[in-house]
Amino acid sequence: MKIGTLLVTCLKALVRNPMRAALTVLGIVIGIAAVVAIMEIGEGSKKQVADKFSSMGTNVVTISGASVSTAGVSSGMGGRASLYAEDSEALMRECPQFVKAASPVVRASGQVIVGNQNWSPRSIMGGNEHYLSIEGWKVAYGSSFTRQQVNEASRVCVIGQTIAKELYADTDPIGQDIRIKDVVFTVIGVLEAKGADGMGNDQDDCIMLPWTSIRTRLMGASGSATISKGGAANSASVSSTDTFSTSAVNFYPGCDLQPYANAPHPLRTRTVDSIAVQVIDGKSPESAMDAMTPVLRRQHELEPGVLDDFNMRDRSQFVKMMTETTSTISSLLIAVAMISLVVGGVGIMNIMMVSVTERTREIGLRMAVGARPCDIMWQFLLEAVLLCTIGGFIGIAMGRLASSIVSEQMGWPVSSSVSAMVLSVSVAAVIGIVFGWYPAWKGSRLDPIDALRHE
Amino acid sequence: MIELKDITKVYHLGEIDLPVLKGISLRIDDGEFVSLTGASGSGKSTLMNILGCLDRPSSGEFWIDGRNVAGLNANQRARLRNQRIGFVFQNFNLLARTSALENVMMPAYYYHPARSNSEIRARALELIELVGLKERMHHTPAQLSGGQQQRVAIARSLINNPGILLADEPTGNLDSTTSVEVMNMFRDLNRQKGITVIIVTHDPKTAAFTDRAINMSDGLILEGVSDELSATLKK
Repeated sequence: MKIGTLLVTCLKALVRNPMRAALTVLGIVIGIAAVVAIMEIGEGSKKQVADKFSSMGTNVVTISGASVSTAGVSSGMGGRASLYAEDSEALMRECPQFVKAASPVVRASGQVIVGNQNWSPRSIMGGNEHYLSIEGWKVAYGSSFTRQQVNEASRVCVIGQTIAKELYADTDPIGQDIRIKDVVFTVIGVLEAKGADGMGNDQDDCIMLPWTSIRTRLMGASGSATISKGGAANSASVSSTDTFSTSAVNFYPGCDLQPYANAPHPLRTRTVDSIAVQVIDGKSPESAMDAMTPVLRRQHELEPGVLDDFNMRDRSQFVKMMTETTSTISSLLIAVAMISLVVGGVGIMNIMMVSVTERTREIGLRMAVGARPCDIMWQFLLEAVLLCTIGGFIGIAMGRLASSIVSEQMGWPVSSSVSAMVLSVSVAAVIGIVFGWYPAWKGSRLDPIDALRHE
Repeated sequence: MIELKDITKVYHLGEIDLPVLKGISLRIDDGEFVSLTGASGSGKSTLMNILGCLDRPSSGEFWIDGRNVAGLNANQRARLRNQRIGFVFQNFNLLARTSALENVMMPAYYYHPARSNSEIRARALELIELVGLKERMHHTPAQLSGGQQQRVAIARSLINNPGILLADEPTGNLDSTTSVEVMNMFRDLNRQKGITVIIVTHDPKTAAFTDRAINMSDGLILEGVSDELSATLKK
């Protein structure tokens, strides 16, 4: 029998008893609708979490100095000032197949003043011209700092939305002065808002500078604090930045401090707190880390066998962990919905059994006029699969309706998922095959003589 | 040509063996119009099932057109039934809630090699017209009278151009007028198209339409009896 004819035969058999067919597929419809709705809602919340975290910069590897311990006291991660700005350039130069961009990162903290307002930003970060894009920042208006400005350690900065709101209120901050730890900078750009990070910290409460400007112009940059914590070996070299602290000895009495601050610092200014590396899209952070490790070891002239003096962390791990939590919950719910699908399948099986018994005479007749047992088997199997597949499509429509109602009424995020639809239709078809097989097989085993006589 | 040689059929009912056919030898030539008569329990239904390749004999040889069909498996017998044999039943056995035309078309869907739908449809229309039901071809069996239903069944049996037509009590559910109509139709098919027609019946009036009556009793064929009977009835 041709497949088209068979399909028509099955459809007609179903249409002959529409009420029964409708009630039979109801179980499948409900099951599929539940699966689709749950998957769409799950997908939506997963996407929401992912979006939130991608604003923190995904696919970013953070490299920090390894820990150092002095007299048994360990500094913790990043204690050793082993990273240099040159490392960042080396990574971009030597791993172009993995590294999209790399930037040195230095941190500072302190008070900023504009006019008669003052504020202590949550973070004052320094990076190179790639830093903002690596961290997923966009400039809302104004501009970011350029490579030249980084090289010149220009006194320019880009401020976050919170700073702009707190210190400039309604006025345009672009081109305005801002005093960061008593050094005057010019605001050249304002960042787009990012909102809170995963931990609830305000990410917009920040100021971004060229890292060179922090290293050379700002006193009390974190480098000095960290390094002095790290060990005596570095403290001498770094103490140069402490020149500007009030407690430091003034080696050059009578010297005006401001011009000195304006001149780039020669000593150990090239150590950085960390390096942020953006991995090229589609490349895994793990493979990038594997490629970057030998480059850094070479840069640091580490002998084989010597432990790495740096440490790499993949930020996407955190995102993965958070999305995994949501997907665990949604897979649990899908498992529950699957149970209703199985129940629906049993309903299909039941009705198919009834149908085979009811149509015993028809089976006998079809066999008498030349249908082979496999023809009968196909007919009933296809009928079950057809029933389930139709139920699957109705279920998808119902599920989408349900999820759109949920998103509208409760404001939950939903995201249509093609995989959910493909999955549920194939699950429905498989249920049709599994639960339709036994009745179809029973039908095909009938003896035509007995079947013809069946009353 | 149909040829049977020492056909036996034994049913096994638990411990007991129940022989139903006890050595049937029979030859029906192409184009014959034959009736198979006998009292109930004489084994005529069993013989008909074997003739129709619905059942396999316990022993003996059975040829259709020179081909030994006793040893065929279920699928091979299905194909043989489909292509060589047309069936007409006492209770018509039409598919419920299905139009007369589609009932006629149904066996053709199992024909191998597959034919196109338009081809099947054209052939079915031809046959519906032949049995005189053209204006009722879209009616379902419930909307047709018994005689009309049997005519649809006859049209259905002819869709694959079989050489043999096997009718099991075709007039059993019909009144005498329609019985005569149906039997005349069988005779016309036999005379005009040369189809071998075998009619199983217990009714002598029906058997009288045929050229040869094969009378069965207790699993054996009683030769000659029917010839005389038909001769007397024809007068």
